[in-house]
Amino acid sequence: MRWLDRPAGDTQITHRQRLWLYALAGIIMLLLVAPTIIVIPMSFSASQYLEFPPRDWSLRWYEHYLGEPEWLAATATSLKAGLLTMLVATPIGTMAAYGLHVSGHWLARWLFILLITPMMVPVILIAIGVFYAFVQLRMVNTLFGLVVAHTILALPLVLIVVGAALKSYDFNQEMAARSLGASRLKAFLTVTLPQIRFSVVTAALLAFLTSFDEVIVAMFVSGGDNSTLTRNMFNSLRDQIDPTIASISTIMIVVSSTALVLAQLFGRSKS
Amino acid sequence: MTGTDSLPISIAGITKRYGEVYALDHVDLEVRSGEFLTLLGPSGSGKTTLLMALAGFTRPDSGSIRFGDREIVLTPPHRRDVGMVFQNYALFPHMSVAGNVGYPLRLRKVAKAEIAARVGQALETVKLAGYGERRVDQLSGGQKQRVALARAIVFRPRILLMDEPLSALDKQLREHMQIELRQLHERLGMTTVYVTHDQREALTMSDRIAVINHGRLMQLDAPRRIYDRPANRFVADFIGESTFLDVERDGDTVRFGGRGLDIAWMPEGDGAVQLLIRPERLALLTGDAPDGMNRFEGRVQAIVYQGDTALAYVALADGPEVALRAGTRTGTAFDRLSRGDTVTLGLHRDDAVLVPVDGAGER
Amino acid sequence: MIAVEHAAADTAPNADELHRQSDRERWAMLGLASPAVLTVLVIMVLPVGWLFYLSFIGESGGFSLENYGRMLESKAYGRIFWTTFEVSFLTTGICILLGYPLAYFLAQLPRRAAALCMLTVLLPFWTSLLVRTYAWLVLLQRKGLVNTWAIDLGLWDEPVALVHNMTGTLIGMVHIMLPFLVLPLYGAMKAISGDYVRAAANLGAGPTAAFWGVFFPLSLPGLFAGALIVFVLCLGFFVTPAVLGGGKVIMVSMQITNNIELFFNWGAASALGVVLLAITLGILLAASRLLRLDAVLGGGH
Repeated sequence: MRWLDRPAGDTQITHRQRLWLYALAGIIMLLLVAPTIIVIPMSFSASQYLEFPPRDWSLRWYEHYLGEPEWLAATATSLKAGLLTMLVATPIGTMAAYGLHVSGHWLARWLFILLITPMMVPVILIAIGVFYAFVQLRMVNTLFGLVVAHTILALPLVLIVVGAALKSYDFNQEMAARSLGASRLKAFLTVTLPQIRFSVVTAALLAFLTSFDEVIVAMFVSGGDNSTLTRNMFNSLRDQIDPTIASISTIMIVVSSTALVLAQLFGRSKS
Repeated sequence: MTGTDSLPISIAGITKRYGEVYALDHVDLEVRSGEFLTLLGPSGSGKTTLLMALAGFTRPDSGSIRFGDREIVLTPPHRRDVGMVFQNYALFPHMSVAGNVGYPLRLRKVAKAEIAARVGQALETVKLAGYGERRVDQLSGGQKQRVALARAIVFRPRILLMDEPLSALDKQLREHMQIELRQLHERLGMTTVYVTHDQREALTMSDRIAVINHGRLMQLDAPRRIYDRPANRFVADFIGESTFLDVERDGDTVRFGGRGLDIAWMPEGDGAVQLLIRPERLALLTGDAPDGMNRFEGRVQAIVYQGDTALAYVALADGPEVALRAGTRTGTAFDRLSRGDTVTLGLHRDDAVLVPVDGAGER
Repeated sequence: MIAVEHAAADTAPNADELHRQSDRERWAMLGLASPAVLTVLVIMVLPVGWLFYLSFIGESGGFSLENYGRMLESKAYGRIFWTTFEVSFLTTGICILLGYPLAYFLAQLPRRAAALCMLTVLLPFWTSLLVRTYAWLVLLQRKGLVNTWAIDLGLWDEPVALVHNMTGTLIGMVHIMLPFLVLPLYGAMKAISGDYVRAAANLGAGPTAAFWGVFFPLSLPGLFAGALIVFVLCLGFFVTPAVLGGGKVIMVSMQITNNIELFFNWGAASALGVVLLAITLGILLAASRLLRLDAVLGGGH
């Protein structure tokens, strides 16, 4: 226990004197993860009230989820929307990030702000705006419309992540490639992209998650056959505490965590 | 690799402005075919801007650049067919050494077998034979530099541009590489434009030096003439060590401290001039002075030992302080100098250089 | 043929074409952003602009300020705005109280331990907010974990209503918002050079004095940035108050939704939306003058 009396910082304050801070931080960290983690074992509880720890273990809520065609359809919709959003937002976001970074035009800064706006504006506003537009365009309750709306929400993340990668990227390499005979596009594809690819993959994963987890816009814009998982979950939550949602939540936690771990792995292996 | 063809470069009226500031101010410059020309100047002088204009990465506001007969100022960089070596090497970390060096050949759709052969040759030329499979991050600074060089010459460009390629290396390695680069140039023969702020480097490597300041060409000459016959105060000051003495001019005669000076060469023009004294050109006179020596009397103020040479600061009887630099060989009169000694300094008429006072004169 | 004719009329050879090329290149690069920009303009900016217009259309179909008028008069609307600000301020305040020590703790850790502990912040951050809200719903219910354990530990005798009210809402909001405060604050703290605190210690300041006198003031911009993000997010928040508030905590966003879904009153909804947007932008604008927002946004992950 001697480490307790060793200095913990530049001011020579000891660990012992800081124990209160460690304890407090520990509690907060626990409170941050506990609710999310606890849902997982709770979803295996046989009881209607989702006990922890579960007195009887059971898969009934999972069976309920898998047995219900509505839930499965909604899951499929969410996955499709997520993948499509990822496939659309990542390239156009990366293109935008690159173009705005190298343009040197004064307009670039303003366009960047424009593209970031969906992140700064309350989502409810975007939701009703998009809903209104789709009503006019007859795109409500279509997968296409949902993907377009989610793309708008995902773009800021793509721009920020890829933008940050471009900021720390050594553009001399692109210059070298061009001096050796590569056109701008070729230089980007053969030299720049391979080096920012980890950030691009991270951005793609974040775009997926943004769409997969999104509730409010989906609430307005997806419905009927194209209702998303989150929309159904939200509607059912407003009524009563449906324990099936625990199993769905667990699945979503696993999906999110996997995406997060993948993103971290990619990010770390770069450096 | 055997010698390649080379092209002359013709730069005319190149101007580049950033707001109010002229990065390049109507620069005219002719680079001879096959020569090693250095653009020398302090940071912000415009030398790198000029190099970038040659490469095509900086678009000038106006002017003309010709490689041989071809006007290329409107050509995009990837069609100019010049080799370029960057200050921080700019090697592609996601490719091996061979991948890097072969990159320009792949772009030019050269056959695979030939690529391998030419990459091998290029690596041999830069003394890195067998390094093909290495990863870039396993190389030392000097090795990275060579790979960058190999990559820039493998496609046999007729013009080679280098942007302070040695500045990231330590002193010993840098001096070694200077000689190697020079030898490489002699072997390959391509026109080379080299940018540096290190005047010693410029003097070592160049056929001619173009001194640049404030976006303007100060002087274009062989190293010896730049050093011995600087065209203006800036060039005199920037290259080598210098002390300037005010002298009175009367037509073709020049006086200092009331006495006439023996000058071998007068600069052009009529304006006021200063006498440039280089510390290593002063001699410590003992006894009779040989012919052609200008004499200055003074008193030693301080002596600074610097290992291979020492500097003696001498306050002249007729005014300012000058520095005298000489070797620290034991037993010489210089070696026996100490503070307070009265000395007579000599400056040979060939070493007595006059420099116009308004430093911005162009040549 | 190399004789270049300087004289003649060419005082600036190639200037026009060079200028044209330079412009073309800059526009071409901007053009890369056009798909993204077009999408955002057509699907977001235009409709929101249209809604802005709609908010000025009254029942009769003509220009009218009645939507805004109703907002000022109605007590219900007053309460909604009050609730929204109340929740936002309280959430931000609690996040600061909990988030600052956590960020400080993380900033003191060596890199690997910090990365590990950071997972506890990142994991909830990237878990669906619906899932997290649901988790609290389950935990805070009358027969839920918190009540059960509290009774077992003797903290209280009867199940306490922890959810479907302001308490539950705040707990849920704080849980969701905490990472938004901790992440930028952590970044700002890491950027504070250790030399400052060392200098203070060298000059005689004890640990507490060094902290309050040197470290804390230097961390304020980061704290401000994080608090700003949290506050602005709270203003427009929907899901968590809707689920955990049980209908008793009505925020602006929920009222907007009701206006559309229940009453089809686009005018009223738009007016509310415009006011919310105006408040949000106003706060952001004021803050961006005091703080470089791009330092926070451009920090990357």
